[in-house]
Amino acid sequence: MALDKTGIAKRIAQELQDGWYVNLGIGIPTLVANYIPEGIEVEFQSENGILGMGPFPFEGEEDPDLINAGKQTITARNGASFFDSALSFAMIRGQHVQLTVLGAMEVSQNGDIANWKIPGKMVKGMGGAMDLVASAENIIVAMMHSNKAGESKILKACTLPLTGVGCVKKVVTELAVLEIKEGKFHLIERAPGVSIEEIISKTEGDLVVPEFVPEMKL
Amino acid sequence: MNKVVKDPVAALEGIQDGMTLMVGGFGLCGIPENAIAQLVLMGTKNLTCISNNAGVDDFGLGLLLQAKQVKKMVSSYVGENDEFERQMLSGELEVELIPQGSLAERCRAGGAGIPAFFTPAGYGTEVADGKEVRVFNGKPHILENALTADFAIVKAWKGDTEGNLIYKATARNFNPMMAMAGKITIAEVEELVPAGTLDPNQIHTPGIFIQRIFQGEKFEKRIEQRTVRTKE
Repeated sequence: MALDKTGIAKRIAQELQDGWYVNLGIGIPTLVANYIPEGIEVEFQSENGILGMGPFPFEGEEDPDLINAGKQTITARNGASFFDSALSFAMIRGQHVQLTVLGAMEVSQNGDIANWKIPGKMVKGMGGAMDLVASAENIIVAMMHSNKAGESKILKACTLPLTGVGCVKKVVTELAVLEIKEGKFHLIERAPGVSIEEIISKTEGDLVVPEFVPEMKL
Repeated sequence: MNKVVKDPVAALEGIQDGMTLMVGGFGLCGIPENAIAQLVLMGTKNLTCISNNAGVDDFGLGLLLQAKQVKKMVSSYVGENDEFERQMLSGELEVELIPQGSLAERCRAGGAGIPAFFTPAGYGTEVADGKEVRVFNGKPHILENALTADFAIVKAWKGDTEGNLIYKATARNFNPMMAMAGKITIAEVEELVPAGTLDPNQIHTPGIFIQRIFQGEKFEKRIEQRTVRTKE
């Protein structure tokens, strides 16, 4: 069965390593913070100026001066720090943040990503996404395999305006974990009960399928 | 050096039609609410506003957009504002979208006397159109120019009569860089104290960057996305 958003977040959380600083994008990536594996300590960075982001505040304890990059009220953990936007992006550009998780509208087999604009329809802006994808060594994209019309978002080449080129290395969808290597998608894992045939049929880009594809363990 | 002015009217004196303003804040967090309200009253037109976001329909810079006072917005993300989207798609409003880190660094550079810098952000995208590309350590970068403004308007938590500022939590965001990049920088603070009251070790923005400072009368501090958890 295909995963729900929580399942995708749980699978991505397995990629976390002890001692990492991690930037989580808006949407599914935010949920990753709820499934940190036991025995592992990570610090979450939000690009509007906090390291050590904690969970949402209890009702009545919201502080309008304390938000994340999604403009949601948050808390600060013990050991947190605040800083300005230039320093925040110095952390990102300077590759001090070990992992970036973000959403996408399209990903291509050479690692391009599009997630900020649909010409003529929607222009919200790139926010910090272009800075994040251009500099992060380790980028995981959390997304659905197809759009609402059933068209694949895992493509040979992106059709929408790009956010970054050749930067994505791993994609986790409701169906599969894919790695991007040598200009192709490689099928690493499939969601429990999802057939390889279904993944192949919903992937427009070139997909390398090994003889044995394990199911994700969630 | 006493930089105190008594109210937003005095603080914003000299802002004229067609000027470029930097306005601090991230979403509605850390925005100079009182100064924005005064700008609406002044009715100044054809403004170019450099600000990470454009407020929401009825608060923050959204108020200037409603009143059609803005000719051009320079921002990184403008997703929460219907009137903005309408004006942009109809062509009434000019919009330049800049990656958030480049926007922050361009303001910092403007205040720090660095005319331009290379960054990898935006390479291979439409942001790079017309910009010089150079390869450093095998990786392509694009040339981004510094930004300055006729006036920068920032918001701080505490400030003193010398213009030294301390921000609170994530309300700091773009305020320190914009404070540096204004030809005239106006600071709106929640609490204005005599020089010598704030600990010099804790100052975020030294007073040299501030020309005028005033204490805001009231702060609504509207929350854009109220997210909470319940006690178990």
